[in-house]
Amino acid sequence: MSKIKILTKGFFKENPSLILVLGMCPTLAVTTSVNNALGMGAATTFVLLMSNIIISLLKNVIPDKVRIPCYIVIIATFVSMVDLIIQGFVPALSESLGVFIPLIVVNCIVLGRAEAFANKNGVFDSILDGLGMGIGFTISLVLIAAVREVLGAGSFMGHQFIPADYNILIFVLAPGAFLVLGFIMALMRHIINRVEAKRKNKMCAAK
Amino acid sequence: MAQKKEASLIKLVVVLTAIALVAGLALTGVYALAKGPIELSQSQKKEKALNDVLPGFEGSIKDTVINYEGDDILVHRAINNDGTLFGMGVETFTKKAFAGRFDLMVGFDDEGVILNTEVIKAGETPGLGDKINKSKSDFAKQFNNQDPAQYKLQVTKDGGDVDAITAATISSRAYCDAVQRAYNVFKTVKEACYE
Repeated sequence: MSKIKILTKGFFKENPSLILVLGMCPTLAVTTSVNNALGMGAATTFVLLMSNIIISLLKNVIPDKVRIPCYIVIIATFVSMVDLIIQGFVPALSESLGVFIPLIVVNCIVLGRAEAFANKNGVFDSILDGLGMGIGFTISLVLIAAVREVLGAGSFMGHQFIPADYNILIFVLAPGAFLVLGFIMALMRHIINRVEAKRKNKMCAAK
Repeated sequence: MAQKKEASLIKLVVVLTAIALVAGLALTGVYALAKGPIELSQSQKKEKALNDVLPGFEGSIKDTVINYEGDDILVHRAINNDGTLFGMGVETFTKKAFAGRFDLMVGFDDEGVILNTEVIKAGETPGLGDKINKSKSDFAKQFNNQDPAQYKLQVTKDGGDVDAITAATISSRAYCDAVQRAYNVFKTVKEACYE
C-alpha cells in the first residue's frame, strides 16, 4: 500500500465512524455543535497519533500476552495528558466536552488502530495511519455536528442565523444524532457503490 | 506477525510494570505543568463569578465555611466600607443535576433578595441543560431581584414560580435546588452573625 493511501484511507474508504462504525459514543454524544466536534476530533487525533507512535516503537518489546493492558496504559496516559492540558489551557473547551475527554480511553478507534495497525507496522506508517484515522474521525464528527447544529440550534460554530423559534429540537437530542448518522452513512454507502459501479463499467468497456 | 517466542512470566510482569512506571512519570510531569494554569483558571472564574453576583459592591470580602446538611459551603460575606453588611455570595451546588452535580455562585443583598446567580462548574447537556448559562438563555435571569421568602424556588410544574427550560426540567429543578440551598445557608449565616 502506498504511503498516501495509508494516510487517506481513513478519510473516506475506511472512515472510522461512518464505515468501520467505531467510536460511536463520542460520535453521537459530542456532535451537538461544530466547535465541540472539532475539539473532540483534535483530542482524539492527538491520542491516536501518539499511541500509534509509542506502540509501533514498542511492538517488539511488548509480549503478546499482555499487549492489551500495555496498550490501555499507554492510551490512558495520553488521554490524561490531553485532559490536563485542555483543563489548564482551554478551560472553555474542557467545560463543553466534559466527561467525553476522559472517555477517549475507551474509544474503540484508538485501541483498534493499535491492535490492527501500529502493532504490525513501522513508526512512519503508524504516524500516517494515526493522522489519517484521526482526520477521518474529525471529518465525520464535523459533518454530523454541522447538520445537527444548523437544524437543531439554528447556528454554525456558535453563530446564530436561524431564530430560535424555527429550531428543530430533536436534532440536538440523542434521537437526532442517530437520524443524522444513519442518513450520512447511507449517503456514504451510496457514493461508494456508485464509484465502484462506474469502475466496473469502465473495466468491462475496456475489454 | 512473525511467531514470537512464548514470553516468560517474569518478562510479562517486567514489561507491564516498566510501561506503567514510565507512564506514571510522564503524567506527573504534565500534571506539574498544568496544575498552575488549572488552579488559576478556576480561581479567576470564582472571582469573576463573585464580582458578577454582587453588582456594585465595593468593600471587603470575608470568607466563612458553613457546614450545611453535611456539606461544607463557602460563604463570601461582603462588608461595606462602613462595616455594614452589603450581602453575601454563596458557593452553592446541587446533586440533582442531569450530569450529577453542578456548582453555582448566588449573590444575596443584606435582606436575602437574590441579586444575581452565576454558574461556576456544570456539565449539563449541550443545547438543552446548558441553557442554565446566561450566555445560552434567559432562564437564570428570572431569579434576579426575587426574594425567596415570597418567591417559590420550584418550577411551575411542581407548583413554584420558576419557568423551566423547555426539555430540560431536571436541570431547571436542579438550579432551583442549588439556589434554595444557597438561600438556606444565607439565612443560617445571617441569623448567626447579624441578629
